[in-house]
Amino acid sequence: MSAVTADPVSPEPSRLAALGPAVEAVIVPIGAVAAAAALFSLFLLVLGKSPLTFFELLWRGGFGTAFSWQNTLIRTAPLIFTALCVALPARLGLMIIGGEGALVIGGFAAAVVALPMIGVMPGWVAMPVMFAAAALAGALWIGFVGYLRHVRAVNETIASLLMFYIAVAVLNFFVEGPLRSPTDPNKPSTAPIGADFKVGSIPGLDVHWGLVVGVVLAIAAHVLMTRTTFGFAARVTGGNVRAARAQGLPVGKLMIATCALAGACAGIAGYFEVAAVSGKANASLIAGYGFTGILVSFLARHNPIAIPPVAVLFGGLAAAGGLIQRRMGLPDASVQVLQGLIFLFILVSETVYGRLSLFSPETRR
Amino acid sequence: MSKFLLSRRTLLKSAAASLVGAPFVGGVETATAAGLTIGIVYVGPRDDFGWNQAHAVAAVELKKVPGVTVVEEENVPETIAVQKTMESMIQLDGAKLIFATSFGYFDPHMIEMAKKYPDVEFRHAIGLWQKDKHPSNAGSYYAYLHQAHYVDGIAAGLSTKTNKLGFIAAKPISSVLQNINAFTMGVRKVNPAATVQVIFTGDWSLPVREAEATNALADAGCDVITCHVDSPKVVVETAEKRGVMCCGHNASQASLAPKGFITGAEYKWATIYKNFAELLSKGEKLPNFERGGYDRDYVRNTAFGPAASEAARKAATAAIADLKANEPYVAGELKDNKGNVVVPAGKVVDNYDVFLETTNYLVEGVIGSAG
Repeated sequence: MSAVTADPVSPEPSRLAALGPAVEAVIVPIGAVAAAAALFSLFLLVLGKSPLTFFELLWRGGFGTAFSWQNTLIRTAPLIFTALCVALPARLGLMIIGGEGALVIGGFAAAVVALPMIGVMPGWVAMPVMFAAAALAGALWIGFVGYLRHVRAVNETIASLLMFYIAVAVLNFFVEGPLRSPTDPNKPSTAPIGADFKVGSIPGLDVHWGLVVGVVLAIAAHVLMTRTTFGFAARVTGGNVRAARAQGLPVGKLMIATCALAGACAGIAGYFEVAAVSGKANASLIAGYGFTGILVSFLARHNPIAIPPVAVLFGGLAAAGGLIQRRMGLPDASVQVLQGLIFLFILVSETVYGRLSLFSPETRR
Repeated sequence: MSKFLLSRRTLLKSAAASLVGAPFVGGVETATAAGLTIGIVYVGPRDDFGWNQAHAVAAVELKKVPGVTVVEEENVPETIAVQKTMESMIQLDGAKLIFATSFGYFDPHMIEMAKKYPDVEFRHAIGLWQKDKHPSNAGSYYAYLHQAHYVDGIAAGLSTKTNKLGFIAAKPISSVLQNINAFTMGVRKVNPAATVQVIFTGDWSLPVREAEATNALADAGCDVITCHVDSPKVVVETAEKRGVMCCGHNASQASLAPKGFITGAEYKWATIYKNFAELLSKGEKLPNFERGGYDRDYVRNTAFGPAASEAARKAATAAIADLKANEPYVAGELKDNKGNVVVPAGKVVDNYDVFLETTNYLVEGVIGSAG
């Protein structure tokens, strides 16, 4: 694209140059998704299935009808929270993959604090308490991972993953033991929180309020990371820890605080699973939202503001999965193959940034 | 910097706007114009050699009924996902009847959907529905698999050489205890000297522990092993590898043990599914609480394998004939394995007696504890 760079004084190319990274940030992921879709089409052809039908059904099941949209959006909410749990620490260069554990502990905490309030307290008292308990439990859970990292230099990726197994064990121990409710003889659960404590739907939609809270949190996270000194310090730390230390930034506190915030996000996902969906804590909390959230965060390049639209994409994939299974006779795993391909291509596409001369007219690399 | 952020924001905004604006064109399309569409939801894979496969086998039968379209979805977790799967089957496929086959689908998921779609019938594959608590377009269906386990026991009791049999069970809950007891009663009816050793693994699907338990039972001298876990595949395969005989559970595992297979307890959900389809096609009301065993053709035994002796086949076939005639098989005096009398002498327990569903003990002849 040397034609554009020929005259560096003209205002046009400089605007294009400024736009470059933004356009790149949109074009590259879209290209990666398209490439994954192309490879997946080959996979379908090998199976003797029509890619055209597949993508048509994907569209219809995820976005093609009013019902499909609600189906997609209701699956979007937990993914926004769990993706934020990955994206925030990623800004500091920390890779937290155990958001699922914070979700489980958060949901469990919400159900537990509700127990003594059932039938005693009104909903407007209990609901904020449950919400806060879930956020706090999640914050402590991942905050502890940050603490281990800072104080003992424990690898946060492994620590957060292993903490997930502890979370599951804690949940199972209490739900199958001391807190088991007699109302569910064959699926051990805590006592139902009852209709008074349940979170309702957004008016006119069959989607609970978790979606709105998720979008608000994503915007808040974006503001925090780009418009505050905290966010600036976090990004400096993510860029170069030693430089940040040399500047006198409280790197340890930043790590723990960011991990705690991230954990709070995942904990809130658990709150909505309990308070808006199942009405009790049980093994259904372990549904894999935390792990899909990792994919969402990577696809959004750990950019909080990009997380909601990407979460919608993954929500749509999940929503359409059933329809594809039913209409095409494909196994459930086929949509997961597509998801996996998308993730792979996104990771590979990371190497493309800055290398496309179209987007970096002034410098050749 | 600010320019860059602004432009990205604008881009995202317009992208989001175009995504939201587009879809609401075109109405809901249904898969079939006429006839009856039935949806079946599974919690695991359809080919698990167990609980899910038992339902999937019935779905294949149901598909053969003229005018009936079956839509199936596997690996649906017990979360909001199952509500949306049911709704999708109703909205996009036009399903009029939904079979929810996993325990955790019932409350709150199936109940919520039944309230939301009063014109659609919902049925859940375990007896949880209560008339005063749950919507009238919802219901339960259940089959007395313990009757088939009783037949297993008779065949196994006549096939064992060591008089030691093994039972690998998931959790000590009523439906599992019933099967252990029925198997043991069958064994002891034809072979009073035999005992059944039980091992609880603690959960529905723990393949490693199931393999360990099978090996432990084989090491302890058991020469017939059976189980009640979600997928008996591991137990049956391990038993075959160890050269001991086995009985199946849930679906047919005959192909997994070409040498040691005796027979197995199988659900025959197809009978219920086809009956329900027929009733709905005729515009009749479905029963809310449907249950039964051999007498209603809701359970069956897998065809005898090579390990079943001639005597075992004969006795088992006779027992099946009795059960088909609704002959009770539980009668006093029956003691639990701690010596307490649970059914007094002279009393006969009818096959439909709810007493059987409250089982919280292991009968005499079982080595192991339910507590």
